[in-house]
Amino acid sequence: MKNLKTTTKVDFATYLGVTLAFIVVMLCQQFGLLSRSLTGMLVPICAYIVMAVSLNLTVGILGELSLGHAGFMSVGAFSGVIASQSLQSAIPTAPLRLAVAILVGAAFAAIAGTIVGVPVLRLRGDYLAIVTLAFGEIIKDLINCLLVGYDSKGLHMAFNLDGSLTINDIGMAPDGMAIIKGAQGATGTATIASFPAGFILIMITLVIVLNLVRSRSGRAIMALRDNRIAAESVGINVTKYKMMAFVTSAALAGAAGALYGLNYSSLAASKFAFDTSILVLVYVVLGGLGNMWGSIIAAVVLYVLPEALREFADFRMLVYAIVLILVMLATNNDQVKALAGRIIPRRKGGAKNG
Amino acid sequence: MAEKKQFEKGKMVPVPSVSIIPERDLDKTPILECNHLGIDFGGLTAVNEFNITVGRTEIAGLIGPNGAGKTTVFNLLTKVYHPTRGTILLDGLDTHGKTPAQINRMGIARTFQNIRLFNNLSVEDNVKIGLHNQEKYSMFSGILRLPKYWRQEKAAHERALELLSIFDMQDLADHQAGSLPYGAQRRLEIVRALATNPSLLLLDEPAAGMNPSETAELMENIVKIRDTFQIAIMLIEHDMSLVMGICEGICVLNFGQIIAKGTAEEIQSNPTVIEAYLGKQQ
Repeated sequence: MKNLKTTTKVDFATYLGVTLAFIVVMLCQQFGLLSRSLTGMLVPICAYIVMAVSLNLTVGILGELSLGHAGFMSVGAFSGVIASQSLQSAIPTAPLRLAVAILVGAAFAAIAGTIVGVPVLRLRGDYLAIVTLAFGEIIKDLINCLLVGYDSKGLHMAFNLDGSLTINDIGMAPDGMAIIKGAQGATGTATIASFPAGFILIMITLVIVLNLVRSRSGRAIMALRDNRIAAESVGINVTKYKMMAFVTSAALAGAAGALYGLNYSSLAASKFAFDTSILVLVYVVLGGLGNMWGSIIAAVVLYVLPEALREFADFRMLVYAIVLILVMLATNNDQVKALAGRIIPRRKGGAKNG
Repeated sequence: MAEKKQFEKGKMVPVPSVSIIPERDLDKTPILECNHLGIDFGGLTAVNEFNITVGRTEIAGLIGPNGAGKTTVFNLLTKVYHPTRGTILLDGLDTHGKTPAQINRMGIARTFQNIRLFNNLSVEDNVKIGLHNQEKYSMFSGILRLPKYWRQEKAAHERALELLSIFDMQDLADHQAGSLPYGAQRRLEIVRALATNPSLLLLDEPAAGMNPSETAELMENIVKIRDTFQIAIMLIEHDMSLVMGICEGICVLNFGQIIAKGTAEEIQSNPTVIEAYLGKQQ
C-alpha cells in the first residue's frame, strides 16, 4: 500500500506542478512580465513537453530506442493543418477545430506508428532505432513533394514526385485554397493553437501516460523492458504490448505535432528533421528514462536555454553543450541524488536498499 | 510426504509409462505427457527420445550431470525452443506451435536457472505481472481508471500479498526486486510463477546458492505449495537431499537421453545412474 501511495504521490505532484506552472505563466502574461520572444515560445514548449513525455513512453518505459519521433510529429502536424484548414467553414469555433485537428493528427500518427511497428516490433535488437530513423527521413521527403489544396468540392491531393507539378496542377477550382505547397510546406495556416490548449494537451498526455504505466498494461510493458524472456514466461504477449506503447507514443507525438503546426502560419517539413528527433531524445535522457516530470523540466529548460544564451552569440551552441554536460554530471552525482531524494519521494519504494 | 510410501517399488518399465505417477493421480489424466521428444542444434542432438509422464499433483525431479540437457528440456516444455521431434501434451492438449506466452496461459509456469526478475520494479509489481492474465480490464479502463480498474487492482494487490505470504515476503512488497538478497530473489521468482495460476510449475535449480537450512525450508515450502495449490511440480536440482527428500518420481538424464526413471530408492541403487555420475568402476 505504501508503494501505491508513493507512486500516486509522484503522479499528483506532477499534475500539480504543471498546473501551478501554467497559472504562474498565465499571470505573468497578464501583467506583461513575459518578453515577446518568450510568449512566442509558449506553445512550442507545450508541444515539446508532450513530445518528450511521449518519447519517454517508448524509450524509458518500453525500453526501445526510437530515432524518428519527429517523423510522427510531422505526420500529426501536416494532417492536423489539413484538417484544420479544410474544416474552417464546417467548424468556425477555433478551439473546437483545434481539438478536432489534434485528434486527426493523433489518429494519422497512430496509423503511421502501426505501419512502422507491425513489422519492426517483432524483431529483437536495435532494429526499431534504424527503421524509425529511416521513417523520419522518408516522411520528410514525402511531405516535401506533397501538394494539398481545398475548394468547394473537397480536398485535392497530388505527389509532385518528378518536380513537374505545382499547386495549380491539382485540379483545384480558382476559389480554392492551397494548404501544403510541396517543399514550401504549409502556408497561410490560420494559427489557432493557444497556450491554454497546450496546457490541456500536456495534462491529457500526462494522464494517459501515467495511468497507463500504473495499470496492468503498463506493468506488462515495463516487464518487457526489464526482462523479455521472463515476461514471456508469465504469459505476456510481447508484440501486443510493444505495439501498445509504441502506437500510443506515436499518437501523442502526432497530437503534439498538430498543436505545433497550428501555431505557425507557415511550416516546412524540414522543421521535423533528424535533429529534432535527437533534440527530443536529449530531453528524455537528460530528464531521466521513465521519469515524466524529469522530461517536462528538461524540455522546458533545454528549449528556453538556446534563447537565453543568445548573448554568447557565436559560442551559443558551445555553451549549450557545456551546460548539457554539467547537467549530466550533476544528476549522476550521488550527493545531488541524495539531496533530491530527500525533497522528492523516489519513484519506487525500495530504491534506498540498492 | 506420506504419499511417497504409496509407490510401488521396482517398476522400471520401458518408457512411456505411467509407472512414476503417484497412485492418487492415476485415475486422472496426467498433466504432462512427453512422447519421443527431441531437439537438434545443427548436428548436435541435445535431447533425444525424452518420454515422461507427470501426474496431476506429483513432485517430479529431473537430475543429471552438467550439460545433460535438463534446462533444454524445460526450454522445450515452455517453447523457448521448438522441438525437432516428438509431442508434448499438456493436460491432454497438444502444445505444438504455441509461443512461450501461450504455453504459460495453458498452464505451465517456470523459474530460471539464472534468476530473471523485473529488477527495476517493486516486489509487489513483479507478482502483479504474474497476475497479468487474471486481471481482465482493458488498456482504456486503465487509462480512464474506470471502476473495473479499481476493483481489479485492489484484488490483485490483495492476491499479490497473499502469494508473497507463502514465503513470508509480504513485508518486502515495496522493495525493489533487484535489491533483494539472492535467496529472496529465488523465492520471488517462484511466487511470480505461481501467480500465473499454473497447473504445472517448473523449477530450475530452486536451491542453487542456498545454505542447508534455507534448502530445508524450501523443501517444506515446495511440498506446501503442491498441497495448497494442488498442482504438479517438476524440478531440476543438483542438491540430492532436496531431490531425494521430496520428489516422488525422478528422471535421470545423461547426454540428452533418459537413463533411469523411478523413485528415490530405485535411482540411488541404479548402476547406470551411479556410472553416469561417478564413472565406471574399474
